[in-house]
Amino acid sequence: MTAARKVAVLKGGRSLERKVSLRSGAHAQEALTRLGHEVIALDVGPELVAELQRARPDAAFIALHGREGEDGTIQQLLEAIGIPYTGSGPAACTRCTDKVLAKYLMREAGVPTPDFHSVREESIKELGAAALLSDIERALGFPLVVKPASQGSALGVKFARSSEELPSALVGAFSYDQKVLIERYVEGRDLAVSVLESDEASSSDGPSSARPLALPVVEAVPREEDFYDFQSRYEIGMTTFVCPAELEPATTARAQELALSVYELLGCRGVARVDLMLEERSGELWVLETNVVPGMTETSLLPQAADAAGISFDQLVERVLASAWARER
Amino acid sequence: MKSSAMREMMALTERPDVISLAGGLPDTSTFDPRLYAALMAQVADGSTARALQYGPTEGMSAAVECVVEVMAAEATSVDSDEVIITTGGQQVIDLVCKALIDPGDVIVAEAPTYPGAVPTFGAYEAQVAQIEMDGEGMPIDALERTLDALQAEGRTPKFIYTIPNFQNPGGVTMSLARRRRLVEVARERELLVLEDNPYGLLRYEGEPLPTLYSLDAEAEGTGGAADLVIYLGTFSKILSPGLRLGWAVAPRPVLEKLNLGKQGSDLCSSPVTQLFVSAYFKQRGADGSAVWSDYLEELKLLYRRRRDLMLEALDEHFGERARWTRPQGGLFVWATLEDHIDTTDLLAHARREGVAFVPGRAAYMDGHSGASSMRLNFAGVPDADIREGIRRIGRVLAQQVRLLGTLSGSLKSAGGAVPAPHREPAAKGEREPAAKGGHEPVTEHGREHAAEQQRSPEESRRAPQGVESAGEGAPLADVVALPRRQDQESVRRRRDR
Repeated sequence: MTAARKVAVLKGGRSLERKVSLRSGAHAQEALTRLGHEVIALDVGPELVAELQRARPDAAFIALHGREGEDGTIQQLLEAIGIPYTGSGPAACTRCTDKVLAKYLMREAGVPTPDFHSVREESIKELGAAALLSDIERALGFPLVVKPASQGSALGVKFARSSEELPSALVGAFSYDQKVLIERYVEGRDLAVSVLESDEASSSDGPSSARPLALPVVEAVPREEDFYDFQSRYEIGMTTFVCPAELEPATTARAQELALSVYELLGCRGVARVDLMLEERSGELWVLETNVVPGMTETSLLPQAADAAGISFDQLVERVLASAWARER
Repeated sequence: MKSSAMREMMALTERPDVISLAGGLPDTSTFDPRLYAALMAQVADGSTARALQYGPTEGMSAAVECVVEVMAAEATSVDSDEVIITTGGQQVIDLVCKALIDPGDVIVAEAPTYPGAVPTFGAYEAQVAQIEMDGEGMPIDALERTLDALQAEGRTPKFIYTIPNFQNPGGVTMSLARRRRLVEVARERELLVLEDNPYGLLRYEGEPLPTLYSLDAEAEGTGGAADLVIYLGTFSKILSPGLRLGWAVAPRPVLEKLNLGKQGSDLCSSPVTQLFVSAYFKQRGADGSAVWSDYLEELKLLYRRRRDLMLEALDEHFGERARWTRPQGGLFVWATLEDHIDTTDLLAHARREGVAFVPGRAAYMDGHSGASSMRLNFAGVPDADIREGIRRIGRVLAQQVRLLGTLSGSLKSAGGAVPAPHREPAAKGEREPAAKGGHEPVTEHGREHAAEQQRSPEESRRAPQGVESAGEGAPLADVVALPRRQDQESVRRRRDR
């Protein structure tokens, strides 16, 4: 499809998601090699900039999850060095990685997202914000989900069923981030919609007005419903995936439409994955968060969704790679 | 399998700028380099062909002789044909599972249990019933209740896994009365016991207690060899883990299965290191004493000093915010914080401060019990790092406790819906009851206490066995029920992105 290029795959790093990132990176490398590109694998560390300056790749393929890879840090570096890179730019990365910012933006734009408040550790220490907790409890009701604002993985995600459980949930979440999101718990089905730049938009033939493509919906189904094990649903291998999710056609269409509008609202490029909940009692869809560097491992959701849409892994990687140059226009 | 999120975090702590109290390491820097070179030269020069060749699956007789010698030092007499040499003690756990466990089979283990056994048990899809320990190890009455409950479901455990000496990670030692009773129970019910004893010779205080193997062998009608206890030993902690040499002493039918399993796994353990051990055990000092046991004495002095350093540092930097075991030997201290502090989260914070430990969850099959405990290694850590490491953890802990206090205190004053949760940090000498499960009402400890009375006055007067601050019979951590079986193919969602 495109000419052979010299592509640096950025992976690893020091985030808590290092290992997943190494797997994503290795998987992408294999595909890029199969596609005929010259691949340079870079485990991100203190030598990164020097290595990039030395190697001068045509593009950087970002397979870094967690803080540096998704919060715009690496993207800013690549902008400064002048190397095209895959996926979203620094601003979109910042908006998506900060779950609290993303939720404020969604709320302002009228995108349904579960009610929430946010607390910073400093405001508890210095502004007496602990006194707010009972107000927050009253406003949101239990159960509550507490999340570090910028942690991409399940680490630090806590569940509080009562005010008794809230302080330790907050302390746990503050171990990962100074800023914490307190969100109403939506009980229902866990959905994810990956969004991929359309073929036309990402081809090298020139700009196109084609909208990005929402891939088939994936549902994460916990193996056993155990309220106590809310965290285990995230942490422990207790989940199977169904793709495409078995939903009413209207629900599928709505989920995909929501994902596309969030993708555009947050200014994502190339690829992103939007996580949603389908609320059991209301049938409403709620957007939780957006991941700008979705996993590329064998079991990750994006490759599964692409596969369901008839896009092979190699094709997927090629399209993500093309986003590096699409941005430049 | 257990939380791989935590494993990923542990991997991040393996960096040179991080003080790691997380390892299971002995200190190998004390071994005389000249002796090492001389022994290697001796093996290379004197046994070239043998060292470079395959060896017998059960081990070379030269190495087996050393095992017999170490076992004698443990006051346990074994025949050389009851021994199989393995690639580290870890292989024994693997081979025993391989020989005995089908998916869904039950293993009974201590709670907490050896974190390195957890993935092995998981890989064989065993269900593990963990029995919560107190200051004297596994309470046998609780074990019997678990066995009864399993029996009522028509299930019999394939074996009982225990580390009686300076347990990893709990740091406690099983009392003599319980050892005797455990062997009795095993014999009454015809259950196999896997006695994991890597640290038995690393005792810094108190009298050595008999191995379960020797107690079984002394039982009537056994002909002097144990028929229910499988003994696991290793050269890792008394000499070197890099040699990868351990052993099992086992009843004949089990031994045959282990041998078959080992053939499939690796044919034989390295002849190079077996010959090295053999050469080492033949070394005699100027006074004619065995060099290996002199080195052991040296290690004991070193580790004892480091244990004391760590206990002092804990006193100073953890103080009232935690309670911890006071091991009479071994490599580890197990510290338990108030139960609103999750040590996995604490580790995320601590690693930014450049210090690491093993979160308690790693010692539980279900991945969430033991959440407020941590394992701390003192043996393989330089003195200064012990002090600095504990200081850093203490600082992070203090911050979390303060934050927790602020958060819960204000809920209380603001008249939140539910009374504030925050308990004052457990005072020393006091124990929280098990958080859930209801396994361990006070009466149970009372019953167990009767057994304690049989201890000699001398024994009773001795420093509390293991748990420094705990009342006897107090649980080490949460009681754990049989975990659900987990499917290996399953994947996590946000974890796996």
